[in-house]
Amino acid sequence: MTVASVGAVTTTLILVGAFLALMLNLNQVAGNIEEDVEIKALVEVTADEAQVDEIRQKIDDIPEVASVDYSSKEEELNGLIESMGEQGETWEMFEQDNPLNDAFVIKTDDPLDTFDVASEIEGFENIQEVNYGEDVVQNLFRFNKYARNIGLALIIGLVFTAIFLISNTIKITIMARSKEIGIMKLVGATNAFIRWPFFIEGLLLGILGSVIPIAVIISGYYYLDANVSQLITFDFVSLMPFNPFAWQLSLIILGIGAVIGVWGSVMSVRKFLKV
Amino acid sequence: MIDMQGVYKTYPNGVTALNGIDVRIEQGEFVYVVGPSGAGKSTFIKMIFREEKPTKGTVIVNDYKLHDLKWKKVPYLRRNIGVVYQDFKLLPKMTIFENVAFALEVIEEGPKVIRKRVMEVLDQVGLKNKARFIPDELSGGEQQRVAIARAIVNHPQLVIADEPTGNLDPETSWEIMKILEEINASGTTILMATHSKEIVNTIKKRVIAIEDGIVVRDEHRGEYGYEI
Ligand SMILES: Nc1ncnc2c1ncn2[C@@H]1O[C@H](COP(=O)(O)OP(=O)(O)OP(=O)(O)O)[C@@H](O)[C@H]1O
Ligand SMILES: [Mg+2]
Repeated sequence: MTVASVGAVTTTLILVGAFLALMLNLNQVAGNIEEDVEIKALVEVTADEAQVDEIRQKIDDIPEVASVDYSSKEEELNGLIESMGEQGETWEMFEQDNPLNDAFVIKTDDPLDTFDVASEIEGFENIQEVNYGEDVVQNLFRFNKYARNIGLALIIGLVFTAIFLISNTIKITIMARSKEIGIMKLVGATNAFIRWPFFIEGLLLGILGSVIPIAVIISGYYYLDANVSQLITFDFVSLMPFNPFAWQLSLIILGIGAVIGVWGSVMSVRKFLKV
Repeated sequence: MIDMQGVYKTYPNGVTALNGIDVRIEQGEFVYVVGPSGAGKSTFIKMIFREEKPTKGTVIVNDYKLHDLKWKKVPYLRRNIGVVYQDFKLLPKMTIFENVAFALEVIEEGPKVIRKRVMEVLDQVGLKNKARFIPDELSGGEQQRVAIARAIVNHPQLVIADEPTGNLDPETSWEIMKILEEINASGTTILMATHSKEIVNTIKKRVIAIEDGIVVRDEHRGEYGYEI
């Protein structure tokens, strides 16, 4: 077991840990925003009660729709006034002559279906307009998808690089032991029997290599949680809470470390086990 | 216990080392394999513990069909065969005791059984009092006795030796031969490749002569038959 292989595990795990922390937080934020996405369909002012009921029925019949809420123009106005706070008072004069429309607020089961559902509703009779913050949502979804895929690819790439590095450093120690392995085979050792010590060595290597990364991640995340969280004031953006996130991340790091170590180590004996 | 039929072996580099071998060897026999250098003696021996696989033909050892034996089963085949080499193949950092015990650890015997059995075989080859030595502290003949002890420690039915006296002076060679004869006397089959005319012509046994990859002579109580 060399310093070089432990170093390879350590470096990889620090990078993997930082990426994971970043990705999981991005995921969380993206998830929050996706959850908040809703479609608002404004009903023509001229529509009568029966037509409104018909619209509700048709929206309900779309399979991807999770919930439909009706909001009368009075409720819409109250919502608007409340959300404006102080300035809202100026809107109160519209209470007599409400310029707003009755509306349906729709949520889909999967936020990604938002576009399709929105454009379907847009085609209904007596619908004046459909809003869902088109550009923002579309860009966000696209960004999330790329971020996830690139992050995942980076992590997989890092892990394989580490396995390669480790199996190479271990291979050198095994060259020295190849005579021993040859004799073990001569007297009838199974491959599993020969591999066992290398399995243990790899496991130790992985665990040893995760010590520093785990320390870095726990202290780094603790700092981030204590200092940065306060700077973020949007209520839909929040970091994963230190407890239990940092601990879960540490466990994942330990697991990846063990896998890298064992895999790298066992791969390096493979060549000597061919009969 | 050994049955070879129509065995050919061509190495990946194109050299054909065995050219159609038919040999039967019964349990308890003592067989010399002789022939000029490069004739295919070592290759013939490697066929038997599946160090090499035949290109063509069938090799049956102890009911194992080696020509299509799954590699996972090879270790179990080898536990019934003791192998002795010219260069001893001992582990330099281990004591004599550990070197012999190794063959039992591999088959996962308990420490008590190992201790008892290792001391037994070391006694048999006359090295009981050197159990704590390392190979470098032993003479060539003593090292070869350790290798033989390791080969027989788990009671194999067959011991294969490729020039076991090749690196030893004549006197030491006779000691080794005495031990091999004793092992044979207890019912173990012995198959031994050698270049020693004195040994083959003095301790008369079955002789299989190989030249250019074929058996040219197979006689009971045979002669070495080559000069040098
Ligand atoms: N692993 C190998 N790869 C390629 N060719 C080989 C290999 N082992 C042996 N040979 C070739 O096969 C032929 C037979 O070799 P083998 O070792 O069986 O001869 P031998 O009878 O044991 O000779 P010696 O008495 O010198 O030990 C030789 O021509 C040798 O060069
Ligand atoms: Mg040879």
